[in-house]
Amino acid sequence: MDLFEAIFWFLTAMAIGSALGVILSRNPINSVLFLIATFFAISGHYILMNAQFLAIVNIIVYAGAIMVLFLFVIMLMNLNADVEPQKSRLVQFAGIISGGILFLLILAALRDMKAAGVIEKTATDIGLMKNLGKTLFQNYVFPFEISSVLFLSAMIGAMVIGKKETLVIDKN
Amino acid sequence: MGAGVLILLIICGVAFAGGGIILSWAIAKRSTNLVKGEPYECGIPTSGTSWIQFNVGYYLFALIFLVFDVELVFMYPWAVVVKSVGMVGLVEIVIFMFILFMGLLYAYRKGALKWM
Amino acid sequence: MLLMQIDWFFLVEKLSLITTILLISLAIAAYATWAERKVSAIMQDRIGPSRAGIFGLLQPLADGGKLFFKEEIIPTNANKFIFIFGPCLFMTTALMTSAVIPWGPSFEFAGHTVSLQVADINIGMLFVFGVVSLGVYGIMLGGWASNNKFSLLSSIRAASQAISYELAMGLSLIALLMLTGSLSLREIVDQQHGFWNDGYFTWNFFKQPLGFFIFLVCAFAELNRAPFDLPEADSELNMGYHLEYSSMKLGLYLFAEYINMFISSAVMSVLFFGGYNYPGMDWVSANLPAWVFTFSCVSVFFIKIIAFILFFMFIRWTLPRFRYDQLMKLGWKSLIPLALVNMLITGGVILWLTK
Repeated sequence: MDLFEAIFWFLTAMAIGSALGVILSRNPINSVLFLIATFFAISGHYILMNAQFLAIVNIIVYAGAIMVLFLFVIMLMNLNADVEPQKSRLVQFAGIISGGILFLLILAALRDMKAAGVIEKTATDIGLMKNLGKTLFQNYVFPFEISSVLFLSAMIGAMVIGKKETLVIDKN
Repeated sequence: MGAGVLILLIICGVAFAGGGIILSWAIAKRSTNLVKGEPYECGIPTSGTSWIQFNVGYYLFALIFLVFDVELVFMYPWAVVVKSVGMVGLVEIVIFMFILFMGLLYAYRKGALKWM
Repeated sequence: MLLMQIDWFFLVEKLSLITTILLISLAIAAYATWAERKVSAIMQDRIGPSRAGIFGLLQPLADGGKLFFKEEIIPTNANKFIFIFGPCLFMTTALMTSAVIPWGPSFEFAGHTVSLQVADINIGMLFVFGVVSLGVYGIMLGGWASNNKFSLLSSIRAASQAISYELAMGLSLIALLMLTGSLSLREIVDQQHGFWNDGYFTWNFFKQPLGFFIFLVCAFAELNRAPFDLPEADSELNMGYHLEYSSMKLGLYLFAEYINMFISSAVMSVLFFGGYNYPGMDWVSANLPAWVFTFSCVSVFFIKIIAFILFFMFIRWTLPRFRYDQLMKLGWKSLIPLALVNMLITGGVILWLTK
């Protein structure tokens, strides 16, 4: 067992452990903290694969931006451990079904996977920024432009929902 | 190897912060009573819970920020290769930004960027 | 087996470098509090701290030592774990950025090349950006866990302000990145070698004045320094997010703020003011012993940092605080469009020049 492998297994254990922490902890704020730890572990994996740009983007966008949003939502909705809303039977049932389908999908994907070596040791430089930029702006121009439309729709959707909520608050 | 050193730095940072807290916990005097544990509200008795709902405006800004943050991430690879990709890259980015700018304009017209 | 693979010289070198940087950060942070009080005193025609030592020079030690002996109060309704976790996180993120800063040129020592940079990762600039985006958690979690209305409001304000100014900061960095073509801070400093080359200044400030201005304003906002100190606006929120904190946990917050100021001054001088480069450094490197060269480079770098810290202080004691709506308006309606324009102009000029 060399250093590389030791780090790999440590990161894997951290990722799985904190992912379990997300769903097992009662307090939503703790869940968010566990989720941040999970993102860090995944970023560590990216670094091991020599994809530093992906690693840092994972931290900036997921741990930095989306998690702030999550914290805002939790603080906004005032979800505390003692006032966790009771979900109705229907919602629970729907949750079980959709979760089961997802689980099945993952199982199906895993079944077809070949049992390759555990770790890709030959570090490639495909994740480095220069290669990424060239690929993105020469070979994948159209998907790149389309993604901006996706962002636009997300932004407008956010505005529509957010503004509606202000009206409700104003009425109260 | 750079990443390994970062881990070393994190350990040092945590040790430093934790060490300070533990040291002060060990040598400082402590006494507790009911009033001392109350949240400070300028001396008057605390009213209501402190984990309250707050203005939705903060949330809206966070959402717009998220979209622009992802946009920013797309621009970094472009900035690195701007010289080799050339004019085509600039045009692509201008189109990309124009579409997103319409979103900002929409937010502006809708008054989402106006602080309540 | 595991231990055999570690380069022990490398480990000792890095560990001593990290320890030195931590101690220097602490010393500078401690004396920044003293300098802030002295600067404010001079600007307001007062004397400032003068009792402990000559010119009150021992004041930071007295203040720091006092914090250790203060009673530790954790509010009854607070979330205990996060209440303690918050300041630790804030301190750690404050120290993290120091990893990628090149403090001086590499030099030879006992047959090894010693690099005065903790980690030369090739995405250094993005690393700084990532750590800055994490810095808000310390404030947010600490303020929320206190279970106090002032703290909560302050932490939400801090988060909202930080994310608003992060965008403009990132955009100004992109314009800079187009010039350098590299994210490694070491490489950025090397590109700004000396002061004058090919008929123009080498420092990025002279190529990106608008970008520097945007970055500077954003740095003020990210640091919660006046005129953007709304999260700790003492006339509105008492103390802000660290209202309920006492003892060393409060000390960590206060210290980390000054360390942040120190580190961001270092980042600014690396990115825009040439880091450890200075006019005539080639002559020094050719004619004087190597240790003089290294020492002079590091000193120049620290002089630049201290100049920035003093600038932060002058601004704080000159300008009044923004209102929150003004702050948001400045960030979203002025700085972001300005940074976008700066970026497009830079891109256009670069393509025009390389043609």
